[in-house]
Amino acid sequence: MAFHHALKIQEDLCIGCTHCMKACPTEALRVTAGKAKLIAERCVDCGECMRVCPVNAIMIEEDDFSRIFDYDCRIALAPSVFIGQFPRNITSRKIYSGMLEDGFTHVYEVEHSTGILKELINNYLVENPEIRPVISSFCPAIVRLIQVRFPSLVGNILPVKAPLDLAAIAYRKKFADEGIPADRIGLFYITPCAAKIAAVKSPVGEKKSPINGVINLNTLYNRVYSIIRREEKGYCIVPEKEQLLPDEMVWTLTGGEARHVHGRCLSIDGISNAIEFLEKLENGTVGNFDFLEMRACDESCAGGILSTNNRFLVSERLHNRAEQYHIDKDKGKIVDNKSILVNREHLIENASLGAIEPRSIMKLDEDMVQAMRKMKKIEKIRNFLPGIDCGACGSPTCRTLAEDVVQGRAHTSDCVFVSIKVKGGDSMNQVVDYTEEIWGKDRFKDMLPE
Amino acid sequence: MKEMTYEFPIEGGDFIKAGHASSNVKKILNQLSLDPAIIRRIAVAMYEAEVNVVAHAYRGTMKVFISPAAIRVRVEDEGPGIPDIEKAMQEGYSTASDKVREMGFGAGMGLSNIKKNTDKLEIQSKINQGTVIEMITRIKSKGA
Repeated sequence: MAFHHALKIQEDLCIGCTHCMKACPTEALRVTAGKAKLIAERCVDCGECMRVCPVNAIMIEEDDFSRIFDYDCRIALAPSVFIGQFPRNITSRKIYSGMLEDGFTHVYEVEHSTGILKELINNYLVENPEIRPVISSFCPAIVRLIQVRFPSLVGNILPVKAPLDLAAIAYRKKFADEGIPADRIGLFYITPCAAKIAAVKSPVGEKKSPINGVINLNTLYNRVYSIIRREEKGYCIVPEKEQLLPDEMVWTLTGGEARHVHGRCLSIDGISNAIEFLEKLENGTVGNFDFLEMRACDESCAGGILSTNNRFLVSERLHNRAEQYHIDKDKGKIVDNKSILVNREHLIENASLGAIEPRSIMKLDEDMVQAMRKMKKIEKIRNFLPGIDCGACGSPTCRTLAEDVVQGRAHTSDCVFVSIKVKGGDSMNQVVDYTEEIWGKDRFKDMLPE
Repeated sequence: MKEMTYEFPIEGGDFIKAGHASSNVKKILNQLSLDPAIIRRIAVAMYEAEVNVVAHAYRGTMKVFISPAAIRVRVEDEGPGIPDIEKAMQEGYSTASDKVREMGFGAGMGLSNIKKNTDKLEIQSKINQGTVIEMITRIKSKGA
């Protein structure tokens, strides 16, 4: 099975260091021939590697913007955090006008679907009292993390689609009902992260995503912001659009989801925080919880890897805009008109997620006897290794090197210290020679005495 | 490959570290291709047994014997022992001190929870010497 990953290492830019390899929460990166390499089945698209890369060699692949023009009906599905990128004096109407100017024919915020989702979550909790805690399906990096590192918890994931998919289903229906042929409707998601791209390109728990393409949030921000600046007064401002309710506006921020769920809930953001809690949950050492909201990014989607602004500012701006709703409402400026509610029944019927399969990356072998043999070998090899986790072998830790050796991905002699011991190392030159396969030819040439 | 053995120490009274031994065993089982549902049951049972040592005994060890047919966990401790094992097996029965209860432990579900999550449970105890708990979980694996 092939996994689509939005994260791509640009080999021409990669300088071959250990930053990404050390930051990866699923040990999905190795260094060979002086370049970082991704192990596809281990990666959960969380983007931690991208945050730490010192030379911006890791990028997020996106669909070409011109692809939107393949469709007559070009619908942008924007997360509220997109609006949160802009300063408060730029109204959401202005932002939408800029998006329409840029080529979209319709713009909807994804979070319009969360009102219905709120009900679905609470219904699921009531109907399934034996499943506790229920873990939110919102963040695709978390869903994938659970699949690969906490396989015993996949049954706890809420089998209801995320707001993005729900919105896509509802708006596709809306336009189909208006008589537009299915192949003329193009739904494009404006993504704040890599994980959502992976979720669209190779979805978990459903066969095909209802979304046609993905545009990176930072790309669209630049396009729209320059339109707004360029045509400060000159372009047509669209009529008042459907407004997000305050609760919907902050749904993707930390706590935005859990506070609507009945019972004992926790909101956890940041992938290392999520891992720490899931470990405890799997061990049975945390009390009884009804619902866990978990997002891989610090400050949830405001901290998405493609967010253009500081995560705390984005979060504050969204909270401010949520408050503005009440002020505008009092002034009679808001039209309560939610077109998504027209397709309420259709949405509820199609909201269920199929089975989420565990796919453990920890298994040494499918066969237990083989796995035990490999385990023994790993322990043996570990005794030879220095245990300092320096990363010079191209694996993140001494333990992963031992695993890689047993799985046929590396050699014990990739360890500099083992090489010196086994092959002998009278001069620095010899030691450096041993590492050329990992760090690239002549990598350390200039460091050596002539 | 017949059997693999691991041993982890447990410190009496150290509630902060309670769970370390069972967490380590869980990591090993995860690598050995066991059914996640079985691992979860074993993890819960091991944790309860470990907390019992932390809450009641002075010190102990957790030994794990892994074979393709079954996982056997043996928790031995030096401690006060259990005067009435039958009573201790009842849900809600606990001799834990107020101090231990204040920390959120000692609800009296430990032994019954272990029984629920394993296929076989044996308890031997000597007053003022210690307790030995042995639990067996049978596994159906492709390699068995």
